[in-house]
Amino acid sequence: MKKVLMGNFAASHGVRLSRAQVISAYPITPQTHVVEELSAMVARGDLNAKFIKVESEHSALACCIAASVMGARAFTATSSHGLLLMHELLHWAAGGRLPIVMVAVNRAIAPGWNIWNEQTDTLSQRDTGWIQLYCASNQEILDTVIQAFKLAESVKIPVMVIYDAFILSHTYEPVDIPDQKVVDKFLPPINNPEALKVGEARAFGSVTNPDFHMEFRLKLHDTYERAMEKFSEIDAEYAKLTGRNYGIVEPYQCSDAELIMVTAGSLAGPTRMVVDGLRAKGIKAGRVKLKMFRPFPVEALKEALKPAKKILVLDRNLSPGTGGIFAQELRVALKEDKRPVWGFVAGLGGRDITPELIESMFFDALGAEVPVSNTIFKGVRL
Amino acid sequence: MIEPTYTIEESEELVHPGHLACQGCGATIAMRYVLKALGKKTVVVIPACCWSIIVGLFPSSCLDVPLIHTAFETAAAAATGARAALDVQGQEDVNVLAWAGDGGTFDIGFQALSGAAERNENIIYCCYDNEAYMNTGIQRSSATPVGAWTTTTPQGGLEDRPKKDIVRIMAAHNVPYTATANVAFPDDLYQKIKKAASYKGMKFIHILSPCPTGWRIPSSESIEVARLATLSNVFPLYEVINGSKWRVTYIPQKKVPVEKYLEAQARFRLMGEEEKKRIQKNVDEYWKELLKRAKR
Repeated sequence: MKKVLMGNFAASHGVRLSRAQVISAYPITPQTHVVEELSAMVARGDLNAKFIKVESEHSALACCIAASVMGARAFTATSSHGLLLMHELLHWAAGGRLPIVMVAVNRAIAPGWNIWNEQTDTLSQRDTGWIQLYCASNQEILDTVIQAFKLAESVKIPVMVIYDAFILSHTYEPVDIPDQKVVDKFLPPINNPEALKVGEARAFGSVTNPDFHMEFRLKLHDTYERAMEKFSEIDAEYAKLTGRNYGIVEPYQCSDAELIMVTAGSLAGPTRMVVDGLRAKGIKAGRVKLKMFRPFPVEALKEALKPAKKILVLDRNLSPGTGGIFAQELRVALKEDKRPVWGFVAGLGGRDITPELIESMFFDALGAEVPVSNTIFKGVRL
Repeated sequence: MIEPTYTIEESEELVHPGHLACQGCGATIAMRYVLKALGKKTVVVIPACCWSIIVGLFPSSCLDVPLIHTAFETAAAAATGARAALDVQGQEDVNVLAWAGDGGTFDIGFQALSGAAERNENIIYCCYDNEAYMNTGIQRSSATPVGAWTTTTPQGGLEDRPKKDIVRIMAAHNVPYTATANVAFPDDLYQKIKKAASYKGMKFIHILSPCPTGWRIPSSESIEVARLATLSNVFPLYEVINGSKWRVTYIPQKKVPVEKYLEAQARFRLMGEEEKKRIQKNVDEYWKELLKRAKR
């Protein structure tokens, strides 16, 4: 069934179709609609779940963690400051190998208060052990939420489904809502044999001394790497049922491209438009949309970027003193590579990234052999 | 001193030998009685506290029930999540026990506790109170009494703030059941846990649990000192139903001076005579007020 939905409601429908059992959340702009709609779904009886209105994001994730330890399918949603408040528990969830799914809407971090779009909140959680999937449309949000539960439960690693504040969260687009039967076939009820059971004397999270701790982390690391392969399988299976899949990375016009721009999230749209415009002018431009950021798909990126002579990265985020985080990761991945990488930082705190601005980035790279500096701020007054 | 009334039923031991507690640890005795009262159909949630260690290192556990270790400030929130999972799985009859120290209850876990109480989550929250951060080596918490030496109150008596009245605060959330208990009064503790389990909604039990290491007492004196706390009215035993009906569950027959309780513990050694008198006055006033509340 097709419906015109804002991104946040697309997420809610994904959670409903996934039959989440325990939902615990705290309101924060621009995520709030996700859980408002979920509480309405639970109240109407469209979703048979416990919805717990906790007193903070920290408690929201603590609640999901314990529910997941007890074997329930758990979901939460947050953004920006809420996500940062959860930071400690993000480590608990991943370290505990709990298949929790979270929606994280990318919003800037204070000071000053800023509710608009920026990716620094989720990217600064990159070392917590969560899988991160970035979405570029409302349809992709709905589909990714469903895929995320399947992925989380098959590798026992929590998954963050991520999309841009307002540009997607509050924007209405036509979305195909799959039939419940189709989703049920794809995503059976949760069955976690490691969950604690009443009557059994087992513990979650006991003190581990230096004799054990490292093996737990190694196992997480190894499985994390396999999550990439697992996601591709799940994505293919989903395509068979719905006709839609997204890939770990999505190259656009890359096969003969001399300049390729790498970006993530809703910037996938305008960058594609700019590539089309440049191609019309005879410039061989391409674009790679990064869907999976954790684990970082080094090989898939290398493959997609093969034809490029020059690589551009468009980051709507900043690691102060280092630059854009995607650029930083890519440079590490391409460390043997001699090709120049232009790291552009733009659109922080929700500032518009116009097609003209994106085009100017391509022209910067066209007009020079190497970038003027590691990080180039675009659309900024200073 | 008191007439023992053996009301604790013969039941399976759910706290097994081999735990890692110090000798004379009140918190360990408390857990033993509480689990005896709750039985095997219980899930325990433990935030960072002495019990994170006492229960044993991976892959061991001295508890014969499922146990969720959780972050310091999350006992009540995690218990909420475990409750929700059990409920959606149709296991409403299983007890969820949150088991936290005074630091995890009075201080860092207070927000989550207040939230769970306000939502009236169907859990039993026990705070075993040893009156300081004992696991990290005796630092002051907001449950540390006036005049007590700790490593962060080296001058002892200078810390002139009354102990946070956690039971009144929890009772003010109008939850079905709130109570104090003391490991030196195991029958009272056991009966209160039984009673707590009979209510649906949030139950909060504040259990005085002596820490010989932190209180600077010989481990063999643990129960004796805990008993003095109640006999001197420093730690009265009472319960509150629905936040309004107060009942004192134990009235000492012969009043023991507070001084006797204080002098039994080296942590109060720095305390002057004036301070002791002031504490006696405060204890008397609190007791009078408690009896008045219980009469209403």
